[in-house]
Amino acid sequence: MIFLDLAVRNLRRHGVRSILATVGVIIGVVAIASLGIVGASFSALVGGMVSDVSDTLLVTPHIAASSGNPFDPRDTLTAQVSRRDLGLIEKAAGEHRVIPMILASDWLQVRDKGGYVTMYVMPAAEIPFLLELEAGACPPGRSSGVIAGSLLAGDLDLRPGSRVEVGGEGVRVMGIAAERGMAIEINPDYALIVTEDWYTKRHGTQEYSQVVVKVGDPSGIEGVKTAIDQQVNRRSVVVDILDSREILDLYYTTLDATSILLLGIGVVSLFVASVSILNVMIISVTERTGEIGLMRSIGARRSEVLCMFLYESLILGIIGSIIGGIVSASIGYYVSATVAEFFTDFAVPAGAGIPTSVVIGYTAFAMVFGVGTSVIAGLYPAWRAARLNPIEALRYE
Amino acid sequence: MSDEPLLLFEDVSKIYPLPAGDVVALDRVSLTVDPGEFIAVMGPSGSGKSTLLNMMGCLDIPTSGKIYLSGREVSSMSDDDLTRIRRDQIGFVFQQFNLIPLLSAIENVEFPLLLTAGRAENRRRAGEVLAAVGIGASHFFHRPGELSGGEQQRVAIARALANDPDLLLCDEPTGNLDSKTGTLIMELLAAENRRGKTVVIVTHDPEVAAYARRTIRLVDGRIV
Repeated sequence: MIFLDLAVRNLRRHGVRSILATVGVIIGVVAIASLGIVGASFSALVGGMVSDVSDTLLVTPHIAASSGNPFDPRDTLTAQVSRRDLGLIEKAAGEHRVIPMILASDWLQVRDKGGYVTMYVMPAAEIPFLLELEAGACPPGRSSGVIAGSLLAGDLDLRPGSRVEVGGEGVRVMGIAAERGMAIEINPDYALIVTEDWYTKRHGTQEYSQVVVKVGDPSGIEGVKTAIDQQVNRRSVVVDILDSREILDLYYTTLDATSILLLGIGVVSLFVASVSILNVMIISVTERTGEIGLMRSIGARRSEVLCMFLYESLILGIIGSIIGGIVSASIGYYVSATVAEFFTDFAVPAGAGIPTSVVIGYTAFAMVFGVGTSVIAGLYPAWRAARLNPIEALRYE
Repeated sequence: MSDEPLLLFEDVSKIYPLPAGDVVALDRVSLTVDPGEFIAVMGPSGSGKSTLLNMMGCLDIPTSGKIYLSGREVSSMSDDDLTRIRRDQIGFVFQQFNLIPLLSAIENVEFPLLLTAGRAENRRRAGEVLAAVGIGASHFFHRPGELSGGEQQRVAIARALANDPDLLLCDEPTGNLDSKTGTLIMELLAAENRRGKTVVIVTHDPEVAAYARRTIRLVDGRIV
């Protein structure tokens, strides 16, 4: 234990140096743990906002379809699914429900407040198949009634029966859609849903922006997707068919990649810390060369000298990791909520969406990583100390 | 076994290969050191005195030739075995005292005792040895920086004696001390020799060499 004792005393003798090296480890551990937690909570948060529609195909016009130039962004605006293609999609989809819709926007005026809102235009009969209502009823066809998204209704204080103006025309809010979160087909929370009949009466018959196919049984999705592809895209690619499961997979893959990226930034900062430990240890070995020579000449084995220096970096790593762990478990927990609030504008309680086990998991991972990198950083200087020739070391000034 | 030499050098050479040409530090040296001897090694700078002392102390191994310590050949031993011999059989005293600055006087003396696993009552033994070399109990817990040169060298001698070695090797032990303190240190070493300890001293100083009962003179790596 004399070598552990010597390690502790040497760290104490160079208090400032030891503290700075420890601060490096603390920062690294906090970075890994809190960025990991932020990543995980971001995943959890976005995951919670995404409505899991696993039974849906979304058919959108192929971007290059209108002019054949995929690099012209204006093409995305003009691209539409034609009525003829809709017929083909219906044919391919068989008994599954096919819901064509137009994405539009218009000026919404509620009392003294006004602004552009997104409008989902769809056949009146299909609305109940896509949306649940939290209040009111679905408008019948040709009616000038609209459905307001849940959050829009909340912001503007709309209720079934409220009168609003859409594009200068007075309409009545018939129903309020239940909050739904983001999904691949429609995101109605801040939108208006209007009937196709009412819309085309004002704007004329139009082609569709997208077509939603509800397959019901998720296992049938692949078959329907292939059938539509063969029907519509026979000669050239006219539509893109997105599978909700694929989209969700892509979503989660992206989130995971983001988490790993964040974690990677943390890991880099811990590597920087380990370089500072390496530096401190090399200085320590150089300063104590004479001492090492003396120890070796009066009977300290190489392994004992090695251990003495490894103890030093181990102690720096352990102290740094413990403090870093405590700091990150507490700060990371609250930071994650703040970040969530910052990104989403929703007030989120501390640690929302991430289980305590995740916080503990990332903290433990960061601590183990902190101790590990510290010891690894100490290996080379310790090895160098152990390999010193006692005669030369004794002579070293 | 009592007539067996403590140290036996047989045709020992040490050559340091350098880019400018090999340096012969020891040239076919043969010698014996019997138990209880007090030997001074003298010679000009670069004559191989320190190399000889390092060989005696198992800090270095010869390029050719054989060295026996208490009948065992040490010239071909592994580093760990040599380390164990240094720990158990050899005490070193250096010109620069070489105390560990992080440790107090008594801890410095304890250090070699702690290296020997399983040894009980280290603190008591360290205290005894310190007292024997004339360090008062009030100085036991002083760090080396708080002691005078003479006191530091006494602590270093106590450290060298702590494990009760067979051989005490001193490299210019009075080189950094004033003559009065040097005399006291030499009397301490002479007293250890009278108690039966084998002492080898490397020195430039004829007054120091006068304490020895035999003087080995080295010139260009050879005994003359």
